[in-house]
Amino acid sequence: MTTLPTYRCTPGPLHATLLAGSVPLFLGALLSDIAYGQTYQIQWANFASWLIAGALVFSGFALLFALVNLLRAERKAGRPAAYFLLLLAAWVLGLVNAFQHAKDAYAMMPTGLVLSAVVTLLAMLATWIGLTNLRSGAAQ
Amino acid sequence: MKTTRTLTLLSAALLLSACGGEGDKTQAHGPDPKLPAQQSSLLPSMKIAEPVAWGDQKPKVPEGYSITAIATDLAIPRQTLVLPNGDILVAEGRGGSAAKLKPKDVIASLIKAEGNTKVKSGNRITLLRDADGDGTYELKTVFADNLNAPYGLAYADGKLYVANQDALVRFDYADGQTKASGAPTKVTDLPAQINHHWTKSLAVSEDGRQLYVGIGSNSNITERGMEVEIDRAMVWQIDAATGAHRPYATGLRNPTALTIQPGSGQLWTVVNERDELGPDLVPDYLSSVREGAFYGWPYSYWGQNVDPRAQPQNPAKVASAVKPDYSLGSHVAALGVDFSIPAMGEKFADGVFVGEHGSWNRDNPVGYKVIFVPFSNGKPAGEPVDFATGFRGDDGKTRGRPVGVTVDPKGALIIADDLANTVWRVTRNQ
Repeated sequence: MTTLPTYRCTPGPLHATLLAGSVPLFLGALLSDIAYGQTYQIQWANFASWLIAGALVFSGFALLFALVNLLRAERKAGRPAAYFLLLLAAWVLGLVNAFQHAKDAYAMMPTGLVLSAVVTLLAMLATWIGLTNLRSGAAQ
Repeated sequence: MKTTRTLTLLSAALLLSACGGEGDKTQAHGPDPKLPAQQSSLLPSMKIAEPVAWGDQKPKVPEGYSITAIATDLAIPRQTLVLPNGDILVAEGRGGSAAKLKPKDVIASLIKAEGNTKVKSGNRITLLRDADGDGTYELKTVFADNLNAPYGLAYADGKLYVANQDALVRFDYADGQTKASGAPTKVTDLPAQINHHWTKSLAVSEDGRQLYVGIGSNSNITERGMEVEIDRAMVWQIDAATGAHRPYATGLRNPTALTIQPGSGQLWTVVNERDELGPDLVPDYLSSVREGAFYGWPYSYWGQNVDPRAQPQNPAKVASAVKPDYSLGSHVAALGVDFSIPAMGEKFADGVFVGEHGSWNRDNPVGYKVIFVPFSNGKPAGEPVDFATGFRGDDGKTRGRPVGVTVDPKGALIIADDLANTVWRVTRNQ
């Protein structure tokens, strides 16, 4: 029987920045989408496109860290897997959302707005888990 | 695990949505084209045919006709004009200064550039002369340069009109001249901000008093905002003497070529319609330009078919939209039009020639040829006939892309090819 570690394992500064940084980027895209839906001012849609692109870069590299963490974790089930899969879901849906936002003018709506909301939520959840603890069975 | 299942569904959806750009091999032509339901694929199809040199190949023309390259090594030839003495003027250049607003614009411009010439914009007009009438244009000289992406050309009463991307200008022209006698005089400024669709097409009325300039929209479907569409997607009528202008017809997304019908004096145009509604939407068209008419862009297409991408919508404008005369098929990218004459031969005596640059966002490429639309009683009648083909070979490679077509009164068709930087001339065999 192995003894469970009783310390918290949290991401390093780079990992944490990439992970947490994707949240305001995805959230910014969501807010821009809402503004576009309300005003039809195209610049909001342009903002959303770039914010999503930035979020994909940040969360993409964070996803690599999450994968390495998953591979290195002794107990993969639980937090390491949940963290990785949530972030993967956020990234894949975020990519779909980037394509959705590439459509011209109002063709991106309303799907783009819905996707932005879902992706923002997924990124928040992944970040919450990731920043809390990267290991399963550790102290809460 | 639930998350993984969601992901599998997602990737399946992603794959499915990537399909759907196939489209019919043969498209509906004529006055009443089939308009399928709008499609919105996640990844727009982009199919750029790989450009290669013509080598010893040539475009194919109907039996009894021959085609020759009368000028090569040009700097992006677009439109041509036959002067009264038989000299040919070629407008060369590339314009546009549209900023890349979205990540998509950056990626799409890289892909599209693959299918275009790498030659730098000529910004000039070249004169070609065949002094002895043997069909060889032995003189090739620069008639005027330092122009700003010249495109539309017209001649009337000793004046040569050139539609630059930012202004309509005029040269005095005397018969036999091979070089402009000086800098041009500006007739009027033309809408030039952004210039997403930069080409300014041009035609002159038979009496030489009115000029018509086609001004393309500043976007595919208002994705640069409604504000930048003021004075766009329309044909201006310009008084040749004063330069005063008024909108002659509106809602024409990108009227890339204009011509006057001999006899009736009626203005005709070919228009490139909007993208990203599917491989068989929206048909590019050939149409007479009715004074005061609204042709739909951006609110609707082919009459009252609403385009939900243009927001806020405008039901009153949609209700007023008229249908164009004749569908050329979606995405063919018609860039040239001219009326034929009996000297072109019996089969091609009555009708128009249309130069089709070819599609870039359709899995089954269309266009890449010059077609003939037969007319009867002054209106399009019947299916189009291929006149010059082989610009896109059966090997899937592109050797040329037709732009302007001009009927030479001597009984020849001049075709500008902006990929091979060549001007072709099709003649009847004697």
